[in-house]
Amino acid sequence: MLTITDLAVKFPSRFGDFTAIEDVDMTIAPGEIHGLVGESGAGKSTVGAAVIGLLQTPGYIAGGTLTLGDTDLRDLSDGQAHAIRGDRISMIFQDPQTSLNPLMTIEDQLVETIQAHSDVSHAAALKRAVDLLEDIGIENAAARIKSYPHQFSGGMRQRVVIALAICTDPELIIADEPTTALDVAVQSQVLDLIRRLARDRKIAFMLITHDIGVIAQVADRVTVMRHGKVMETGETAQVLGAPRHPYTRALMDAVPPLDRRIDRFRVPQEADTGPITQDNAAEAWLLEGIEQDPIGLSLSNLCVRFPGTRTSLWRKPDPYVALHDISFDIRPASIMGLVGESGSGKSTLAKAITGLVTPSSGTMTLGDDTLPGGKSRSRHHPSRQLIQMVFQDPYSSLNSRQTIGAILAEPLWFYGFTPDPSDRRRLAASMLELVGMAPDAIDKYPHQFSGGQRQRIAVARTLLARPRFLICDEPTSALDVSIQAEILNLLKDLQAKFGLTILFISHNLAVVRQMADDTAVLRNGRIEEIGSTEALYANPQADYTRTLLSLTPVMPISWQAPTG
Amino acid sequence: MAYFILKRLIQSVFVMLAVAFLAFSLFRFVGDPISQMTGVETSVEDQERLRDELGLNDPFVYQFARFTGDLLQGDFGFSYRTRQPVAEMIATRIPATLELGVVALIISLVVGIPTGVYTALRPRGIATQAILMTTLVGVSIPTFVIGIMLIFIFGVQLGWLPTFGRGGTVQIGGWESSLFTIEGWRALLLPAITLGVYQLTLTMRLVRAEMMEVMRSDYIRFGMARGVPMRRLHYKHALANTMVPVITIIGLQFGGVIAFSIVTESVFQWPGMGLLFLESIRFVDIPVMGVYLVVIAFFFVLVNLIVDLLYVAIDPRLRVSDVT
Repeated sequence: MLTITDLAVKFPSRFGDFTAIEDVDMTIAPGEIHGLVGESGAGKSTVGAAVIGLLQTPGYIAGGTLTLGDTDLRDLSDGQAHAIRGDRISMIFQDPQTSLNPLMTIEDQLVETIQAHSDVSHAAALKRAVDLLEDIGIENAAARIKSYPHQFSGGMRQRVVIALAICTDPELIIADEPTTALDVAVQSQVLDLIRRLARDRKIAFMLITHDIGVIAQVADRVTVMRHGKVMETGETAQVLGAPRHPYTRALMDAVPPLDRRIDRFRVPQEADTGPITQDNAAEAWLLEGIEQDPIGLSLSNLCVRFPGTRTSLWRKPDPYVALHDISFDIRPASIMGLVGESGSGKSTLAKAITGLVTPSSGTMTLGDDTLPGGKSRSRHHPSRQLIQMVFQDPYSSLNSRQTIGAILAEPLWFYGFTPDPSDRRRLAASMLELVGMAPDAIDKYPHQFSGGQRQRIAVARTLLARPRFLICDEPTSALDVSIQAEILNLLKDLQAKFGLTILFISHNLAVVRQMADDTAVLRNGRIEEIGSTEALYANPQADYTRTLLSLTPVMPISWQAPTG
Repeated sequence: MAYFILKRLIQSVFVMLAVAFLAFSLFRFVGDPISQMTGVETSVEDQERLRDELGLNDPFVYQFARFTGDLLQGDFGFSYRTRQPVAEMIATRIPATLELGVVALIISLVVGIPTGVYTALRPRGIATQAILMTTLVGVSIPTFVIGIMLIFIFGVQLGWLPTFGRGGTVQIGGWESSLFTIEGWRALLLPAITLGVYQLTLTMRLVRAEMMEVMRSDYIRFGMARGVPMRRLHYKHALANTMVPVITIIGLQFGGVIAFSIVTESVFQWPGMGLLFLESIRFVDIPVMGVYLVVIAFFFVLVNLIVDLLYVAIDPRLRVSDVT
């Protein structure tokens, strides 16, 4: 039904045209869910945008054919193309937080869409909208349709987005990362909904995603893209079960499995970065700095409360309990995994340990010393150097106005390790080598590096503080799977070499399984379950852990790479 | 909601108190009021007696409390220059300044918002480039030069419009208005344009920048993807979202327009508060200056309060109480 042949999209620039995608062939039949998978920059979204005619300016279709049924999509005037959008092709965006107009009610947005494509009265359109919302799983839709988007939770909002996309009965829906911003439980509901719509309404889906697990779960057929070209296409079972193209194989190897632990990820590009040199100055410096044995952290009855929103003039607002009675120990030189959905208090816990948030009660003990909480921890408290943090987003965690050299020298200067600037520079350069970067990066600026390289720089910066305890807050969730595999390998190596104790925070259960010795499951600020990672994954005790594990999309065992 | 308004009102009271304190300080620190009021032939004994009668020997705090209390009761004191009550002087001048300011604001909105939207929707058009260039010239020229140029062209060369004063005014209650006669409007036009040009450029550029930002947002792209008519996307979805931040700036600017109409009023000899303020400065008429300060601050506070309320009216996310 949708047929794409030889599609090429170009973006003109000062240095000639940049080819975003070329030679893309694809067909999608009614009721088919067609997965489009690849890493960032592969051109997946460009394919979707070209089909729906919403390429970012100044991009243009340079060649190939696009047909939907009997209609040649390239042969439409602007007006005709706009009439087809919504009517025959629609789209679901990644982030339900931003894809609804915040100033209009759900009713207004649904009714205007229905009325844009069929000549019905407001009352008839409203009735259709309410029926649709009920059908899609929003209870009490007749009342809730009067609400504004911010009054819905993330998962409900994505349902509203889906309702908006299907309210005009389109033949094809382009779903661009529809579940990436959602928690696993909500993700599985949304995926179920997509599957049901494809089956019952014969809607064809182009499911654009970087998550192979999602593809394995719902896609009938799959196309793998890289650098703007199609690598491989076919039935999902065939492509993922017996990949013909080495890139597909590599992509699948990089996906951390949920059901077992592998020691290292196989990363094809790893040879390029070169082995860590034997007599590295930074390594020697770090090892010499280890005066004390690995230290553990223990939390007991830690609570964090935030003031709630004031609803009444006279009554004190009820506090919001972010963390409730958290107690656990992180053994010296071990990795503690911390998993939970958004809002479960993972990041608040990290902030409490680093002293950015003041706990309302409870104690934290690092090694033998009690950590003062929040503001009562002085600027020069030794824990400020011993505890370091790796942040989620490497794009905002490095100062874009400083050179890499300046960024890396700062901890050395701040903690008074090396008074001499040239020593600092030498040490920073060899630290870059230690984390697998070329030493000449030292004079460059952060924007000259990719996300994975930046995360390596961020790791180098934390190491230059000679930490004994690292907090990694979702260190790889902004990265592609192959880059994620590299960073995880790096963290494992460094942890083993320098005896670091790590608190590894992630919403991705598979990643935590690969990294952590022990795992704690957090939900609504409470610990649901805690134990050794192997035991917890093999035999989860809490219902919540079992649910999380069962909802995480995985590939069938038979498709997975042999243990290596 | 009630809590929000009350919080704002309490903040406003503190702002007004701070301004009243500044106004009061004028009396204390800009020279000795007695030597301003009396001539050289007044004896030192008489000066001392006057000082005592006026309560200037009382403690500072007591004087400030009396000053604030008088202000609250509408007793603004007497002008050194004209010996008239200040309240009366200001009251006769307020209508002129307010009418000038409001008309200037309306001109800037009526022209600025549509051109802002137009230039945002056609960012590469020739008309857009032309508008952007002209308005750039508009901001770079100081207000008084624009005023003098307008006077020269429309008043002197073409002789179409009067160049000074308010023209025909009509007395409505205590309000002397120039909005009800042709002559009044003719006189109002040039100063209002002069005063509104800067505001207009600012509004236009702000609307343009915000609108372009909004047009790139996901919900507009999603609107396009589901075939919502472009006209509706532009003027309902995008414009409403554009106005949320724009309103704040427009509100702040309106306070500024009222306060800084001094230059325009002086160029066109417009008998408003600005002109009164200038005359008062020349004669070191401290009571008028102090009250002017308080009145302008009151306008600022009032406009900001209205802006905050508008904000809540436009953006449902700020109506905290109805979140379920």
